[in-house]
Parts: sequence; C-alpha cells; structure tokens
Amino acid sequence: MQLQTMAAEKLSQAAPPADAAIAIDDVTLRFVTPDGHMMTAIRDFTMTVARGEFACVVGPTGCGKSTTLNLVTGLLRPTTGNVRVMGNPVTEISRDIGFVFQADALFPWRSVIDNVAAGPLYRGTPKAQAYDRARDWIARVGLARFEKHYPHQLSGGMRKRVALAQTFINQPKILLMDEPFSALDMQTRTAMQDELLDLWSELKSSVVFVTHDLEEAVALADKVYVLTAGPGTVKSVYRIDLPRPRVMADIRYDQKFIEIAKVIWNDLREEVQLGQSRGLQTGH
Amino acid sequence: MTAISPTDRAAVRATSIVAAEARARARLRRRHALVIGLRLAILIVSLALWELGAYYNIIDPFFFSSPSGIWEQIWSWVTEGTSQGPLWLQIYVTLEETFLGFAIGAVGGIAAGIILGRNKLLADVFSIYIKIANSVPRVVLGSVFIIALGLGMASKVALAVVMVFFVVFANAFQGVREADRAMIANAQILGASPYQITRTVIIPSAMSWILASLHVSFGFALVGAVVGEFLGAKQGMGLLISTAQGAFNANGVFAAMIILAVMALVVEFLITRFENYVVKWRPAPFNEQGT
Ligand SMILES: Nc1ncnc2c1ncn2[C@@H]1O[C@H](COP(=O)(O)OP(=O)(O)O)[C@@H](O)[C@H]1O
Ligand SMILES: [Mg+2]
Repeated sequence: MQLQTMAAEKLSQAAPPADAAIAIDDVTLRFVTPDGHMMTAIRDFTMTVARGEFACVVGPTGCGKSTTLNLVTGLLRPTTGNVRVMGNPVTEISRDIGFVFQADALFPWRSVIDNVAAGPLYRGTPKAQAYDRARDWIARVGLARFEKHYPHQLSGGMRKRVALAQTFINQPKILLMDEPFSALDMQTRTAMQDELLDLWSELKSSVVFVTHDLEEAVALADKVYVLTAGPGTVKSVYRIDLPRPRVMADIRYDQKFIEIAKVIWNDLREEVQLGQSRGLQTGH
Repeated sequence: MTAISPTDRAAVRATSIVAAEARARARLRRRHALVIGLRLAILIVSLALWELGAYYNIIDPFFFSSPSGIWEQIWSWVTEGTSQGPLWLQIYVTLEETFLGFAIGAVGGIAAGIILGRNKLLADVFSIYIKIANSVPRVVLGSVFIIALGLGMASKVALAVVMVFFVVFANAFQGVREADRAMIANAQILGASPYQITRTVIIPSAMSWILASLHVSFGFALVGAVVGEFLGAKQGMGLLISTAQGAFNANGVFAAMIILAVMALVVEFLITRFENYVVKWRPAPFNEQGT
C-alpha cells in the first residue's frame, strides 16, 4: 500500500467502460506465418484509454506493441475479442485517428508543405484552405522557413516535427504513436516530448504512445501499461500522478519520478530479460 | 610581438578561407580539363591508328572500313541521298517507329506493372504467363510480325513494343512492390483512398525504378525497329544497313551504325534531363554534394 503514496498506483484490470476513447477487450491476435504456422502476437489483451488520457505502453521488443496500435487503426483485425474506438467497433480506418510512425513515413518526393497538406487534401478539403492550414501548422512546429524544403534536406528532428504537423493537422481525436522519438538524440528527443505535450494539451486527444524507454513513458503518461514478453499481454498498469504541465528536461531529476520509474522497472526488468533470452534462442 | 585584435583575426581568417576556396575551385577546373583532354586524346589516337592501319593495309578496309571511308559515305548520303531516298527520311522513319514502339511499350509496361503490383491475385495468376512470354527470344517475333503485319511501319513498331514492354513491366512491378509499407499505411491513415494511394504514393515511389528501365529500353526499342527493318522493309536505317551488307559495303554498315549511335545518345541525353526534372526531390549523390 506504500505504492499509492509514491504516486504510482497499480490499477486492477476491469472490462472497459462503453464510453472509453479506446477499448481493447480481451483480444487475441494470431498471425499466419509464411510457412503456414500460427503465431500468437498478443493474447488476452485488455486495455482502456479514457477520453483525453495519455497512455504509454512499454514492453520488450517483439512483445506486440506495434500490433496493438494496428488493432486500433483497423489495419489488423483481432482473431478473438473486440476493439472499439469512441464506442464504435473498428471496421475501417477511422477519420478520428492520427498515427506517428517510428520510421520516417514522410513522402520524400513532396516538400514540407505538400507533406503537411496531404491529410486535408486526401480528405477533400479545397486546396487553398488545405495549404493555409498546412502553413499554420508548419509555423506552430517552428519550421516556417522550411516550407519548400524536401525531407532529405532536413535533420531527423525537423522531419519528426513535420510528421507531427502532418498528423496534427487532421485534428485526430485519437493519437497513436509507435516509438516516434526513438531514433532521435537526447536533446532533440526532450524538445520533441515537450512539443508533443504542448500540442496534446491543446488538442485534448486520447493518446497511446508506444516506447521501449520506461523513463519516457513515465515522464509523458497518465497511465503506463507494462506488457509481458511475447506473446504480449498486459502485465500491470500504473497510474502516474505527476503534476502537469511537466517539463521534460527537469522531470527526470524529480524525486517522485525516480521512485515511480524504479517501481515500474522492477516489474519490467524480468520481461526484458525474458525477451532477450528468447531473442537469442530464436535468433531475432 | 604585436597583439592581434579579434576583428583582425576574423578578417585574416575570412581572406584565407576565400583563398582556399579559390584554390579548390581551380583544382577542380584543372581536373575537369584533364579528363576531357584525355578523352579527346584517346579518340584521336584510335581514329588515327585505324586510318593508318587501313592506309597501309594492316587492317583490310574492305572488311573493316576506315574513318575516312565512313566519313565519305556519310557525306555522300547527306549530300546525294541514299539508294532508297534522302538520309533524313531514313532517320525519320526509324525514329518514328522507335518512338511509337517505345511509347506504347512503356505505357503498357507501366500500366501492367502497377495493376499487377497492386493486385496480389492477378500477380499470382499472370506471373507464370509473363515468365513464359519473356523467355521467348523476342527478335524471332520480328518474323512473325512481318508475316502478320506486312512490310510497313506496324511490324517494326510491334517488335519495338515487345522489346520495351517486358523490361518496363518488370521494373514497374518491382518498384510497386518495394513501395514502403509505412508510407502506404501513413497515407491510408491520413485519409487516402486506394486510388489516391496509387497516384500519390505508389507511382512516385516506383518512379525511379521506371525511369531506370526507360534508359535501357529506349535502346531496346531502337534495336526492335532496326531489326524489324532488317528483316524486311521499304525504308529506314535497318534497310540501309542490310542493303550495304548485301553490297559488301563496309563503309555503309559502319556509317549507319554511327548514325544510330548518335541517335541513341541524343535521346539518352533527353531522358536523363527528363529524369532529373521528375525526381528533383532526390538527394544529390554524395560525390556531387558541395561542388
Ligand atoms: N505481419 C506479420 N506476420 C507475422 N508475424 C508478425 C507480423 N507482424 C508482427 N509479427 C510478429 O508479432 C510479434 C509482435 O510484433 P510487434 O507488434 O511488431 O512487436 P513490437 O512492436 O512490440 O516490437 C513479433 O514476434 C513479430 O515477429
Ligand atoms: Mg514495434
């Protein structure tokens, strides 16, 4: 019971309420591998994200984090169980969803402004209006001078900013992020995390942020899901009661932050070790 | 010892940087001139050796011609025309067949590559037939086309089309298959319909594959047209070669060959210009950066 006083409250899992922004209810997903075998990627997976909540998912590599996000987008369908977004079962890619990828998913043949305007243009917004909004968003992520540049002319951090603008311009109610900052250096990453929290607090979207970096998860989240080594299922859920607004550069020296991170790390460590020893066996 | 103020030092540094840049530019210019000079030297020396060899009968000019003989032949074609009409008409006929075949084959190859690349079922079903068709030696089809389509332009165009189609198809197909999955998913989630994905993601990402195949396949189209003319025609560079061959006129064969090579080089240059224009978003190759 000491946990509560340390602001990392371990939550018990219950069936998701009907009005949750994202509700993954007892989902199992199996892939058919090319040689015809079945491979369980995630099993008995339950997860709820309330409206406006920032949830982080941590777990060892290959435990099914990306798979979980793809269930929410509808790019993958559960083998059993069901997934609901904004109360509706997922049948197609919802217009409410935004997704920031780990790898560069910008279109290299389009300039920054054409990249950012892509979403509205795809969705049928008139050209002039789409470009006005794109200009706005580019300015908000601090790239106003780079509208005409192509992605290969930008640094990694700047490309991530473009990716954020490209996603946020659609004003997604649900924001999914798959290890978006893992390829960035430390300073850039901290700056991007602040930027993200800023945008999020304005837009009030519900976020699922996947990372393998526990400190990043604790620093950003309202709620942290720890997954087991694959086939992934939820091992434990923690509520993070650090006050907002949070400043990323300082929070890692906060006493409360350090305690929370320690508690969750105790939980995560054995899964990481398990994941690694398995990875060695199977050669992944 | 005199103290140097920071502003002095900055000025000194600026002038030395300017001087270093000037030296680097001069070095690049000298190297460029050297390369061009060596190229010209090789050309002149080999032409001279050929000419002298022919003059002293070390190389038999009856079989292997000579630079002056080739030049005389080209000059007489230009001034007096060929046995089958003016030279420019022969060039025009061959180019027309080549371009038509190239355009039809390229458009067909790109369309087929994209359709099959985007549709797994069609790809699985048709891949076997395409393999079979591709393994037929295409030049043999020339005879078939001449029998079926006659001595006119159609048979040459048809041969050029089949020469081009498979190369472009294979590249377009591969390019579509290699389109980045994350990029496609990104477009889907941003709201793109399947048609929009094909137009704005698949085709641009297959573009460098397609353009690479266009380079090669223009040469193939030219081969198709010339071989077609060779097999039976009333006009064209291929017929010119085959007439010269029939008359044991080595000068004529070589002269026609050189005219064809110049045609191919000019078009190759135009395609490169087009390519640079279309894929201007691509980073410059590393060795061109900063010059
Ligand atoms: N399309 C697929 N076909 C077969 N297996 C897959 C596919 N996608 C992912 N997997 C497998 O599912 C497991 C979970 O993958 P993923 O969700 O990408 O893990 P994470 O994102 O946590 O690293 C991995 O073992 C992976 O090999
Ligand atoms: Mg992943």
